[in-house]
Amino acid sequence: MSQEEKAPRILKISILRFDPHDPEDFPHMETFEVEEAIGMTLFVALNEIREHHDNSLKFDFVCRAGICGSCSMLVNGKPTLACRTLTKKLDVNITLAPLPLFELIGDLSIYTGKWMRGLNERLETWIHDKSNELQVDRLEERMEPALADEIYELDRCVECGCCVAGCGTIQMRENFVGAVGLNKVARYHLDPRDKRTNDDYYEMIGNEDGVFGCMTLLGCEDVCPKDLPLQSKIAYLRRMMLKNAL
Amino acid sequence: MDRSLGLCSGLTEGCRGDGGLLLDKDGYRFMPDYEPDKKELASRDVVSRRMTEHIRKGKGVKSRYGDHLWLDITILGREHIEKNLREVKEICENFLGIDPAEEWIPVRPTQHYSMGGIRTKYTGESQTLKGLYSCGEASCWDLHGFNRLGGNSVSETVVAGMLVAEHISDFLESAASQLTIHTGNVEKFVQIEKDKIDALLSREEGEDAYILRRRMEAIMMDDVGIFRNGDDLQKAVDELKELHQRAKNISVFRSKSPAANPALVNAYRTQKMIKIALTVALGALLRTESRGAHSREDYPERDDANWLKRSITTWVREDDEMPTMSYEEIPIGEMEMPPGFRGYGKDLTLHNEQTPIRQSAVDAIKKELESQGKDRFEIQNAMMPFRDKLPKKYQGINERLGENV
Repeated sequence: MSQEEKAPRILKISILRFDPHDPEDFPHMETFEVEEAIGMTLFVALNEIREHHDNSLKFDFVCRAGICGSCSMLVNGKPTLACRTLTKKLDVNITLAPLPLFELIGDLSIYTGKWMRGLNERLETWIHDKSNELQVDRLEERMEPALADEIYELDRCVECGCCVAGCGTIQMRENFVGAVGLNKVARYHLDPRDKRTNDDYYEMIGNEDGVFGCMTLLGCEDVCPKDLPLQSKIAYLRRMMLKNAL
Repeated sequence: MDRSLGLCSGLTEGCRGDGGLLLDKDGYRFMPDYEPDKKELASRDVVSRRMTEHIRKGKGVKSRYGDHLWLDITILGREHIEKNLREVKEICENFLGIDPAEEWIPVRPTQHYSMGGIRTKYTGESQTLKGLYSCGEASCWDLHGFNRLGGNSVSETVVAGMLVAEHISDFLESAASQLTIHTGNVEKFVQIEKDKIDALLSREEGEDAYILRRRMEAIMMDDVGIFRNGDDLQKAVDELKELHQRAKNISVFRSKSPAANPALVNAYRTQKMIKIALTVALGALLRTESRGAHSREDYPERDDANWLKRSITTWVREDDEMPTMSYEEIPIGEMEMPPGFRGYGKDLTLHNEQTPIRQSAVDAIKKELESQGKDRFEIQNAMMPFRDKLPKKYQGINERLGENV
């Protein structure tokens, strides 16, 4: 590890700060200097700042392993998960800002949960099956492992909101479901236990706030930290909707 | 704290299960020497202790974060890793900058989970506060005991999620949930909590929550760790007791906002964390035996004769310096599987005199009912009935391939 022998870099981390609950406050940049350590992520660096420089700095983390999706922010202008960003991959000058479009709690902390809950209620992201009351003591319907894998692939979404922040359409249409929403629809559409018909899905997303609103800029796919196949799923849903409409 | 290495030990469970190997600084596979039968598949607490023992023998790899061992999953092949262990691969890439299909992963044991929680009835309701339900890591619901095994959290999520949720909704529909609470009482308790927060924010000269918290972390790591002994635990209890007093004088520096304020959150939580740390350390000090994840070097035997009981901790008065300990007996006479040898290393168990009595009773019931041609549900019911404790909608008999389907 040759990195160990070199003097550590001093990172200059500039953060867009604002406390909307404080009537005196206004949005401003503040720069903190942090000595880089081996294996340092932005999660570690931000905690250093909070512990040693300013304990009022607001940012969210839970799992610090890229699974909870709460640490999404703009890193040098690009939406990503801070916990999975190694500082050694960045220049010494780092700029952090909260994700746009979501309600700001303060500094880097945003309320993605509220937005995602609204989305899930709107798209009813759960299994719909009116004909069968769930009977837990019955054997489950069997599913081909390949299909289960395909569903799992889409279920890996952590609702971090990066795709929403990276979306061009939503800048113009605030009710656009975004790639996160379309991915969820694709997931339930794949699932044979969900008995919603193509007509039901058309009713839900066959419009400009749904799959036809997408301008195919594909910022979502570029920034998705989980590498979800957003591009192909949006294209798939669009074809499915068109076929259904014809 | 050693975050990246610590994280990796969170990895090992699935990796070991899939066939990953633990290696030392010489690339030597050491687990078969300690556990010839189960090797890497030994239980989580056993593997943690064996890893620690091996590191203590000087077989660890030196690093600036402390000594570690290696986990080799390269033998599983890239295809398996990228499909079945995808999260593991992502963690290795994003946090360690290594490709686990090509390179070994640095690992070492760390605290990952706490056992124990709010003591509940089988419904998930607190035994002492009506209407308070808890499940998962927050509760002591007896799904896991003095140990925690891989997959327990899934069982808790799925099983407790189903059962406790149903018990809660039954409770809410019953007359028992019609609690009558005087609003004056509600106000009184809100005021108590509000005063605590105000005190944290308004105190000018006080303790720094971060310093207390880091000290607590070090004590827990050094003295209440994987291997424990009376001297270290006593030292830990004494020092945590002092930290608990100091924590009452925490002051929130700089950031005085009562809204979303991470400094206030840290101060408020650190006080409670220290109380829990003190509870854990005191319970460990008093428990003069080794059981599950609690491993005492000065008391290596599992002592069923004296210690087959749950530790119950309460803070009786708000200003108590120490928690009050009591114990709840675990009746062997009601068990379907009386406590036996766990199957690791030498059997050091000091058995309870009730164990063989109950074992022969269970064996007799089983033999008798089997000879009468009773099915496993009837036998189960005779040994340890549970079905009436389930919510109504879950009382049916599950379909099972090859049995009733």
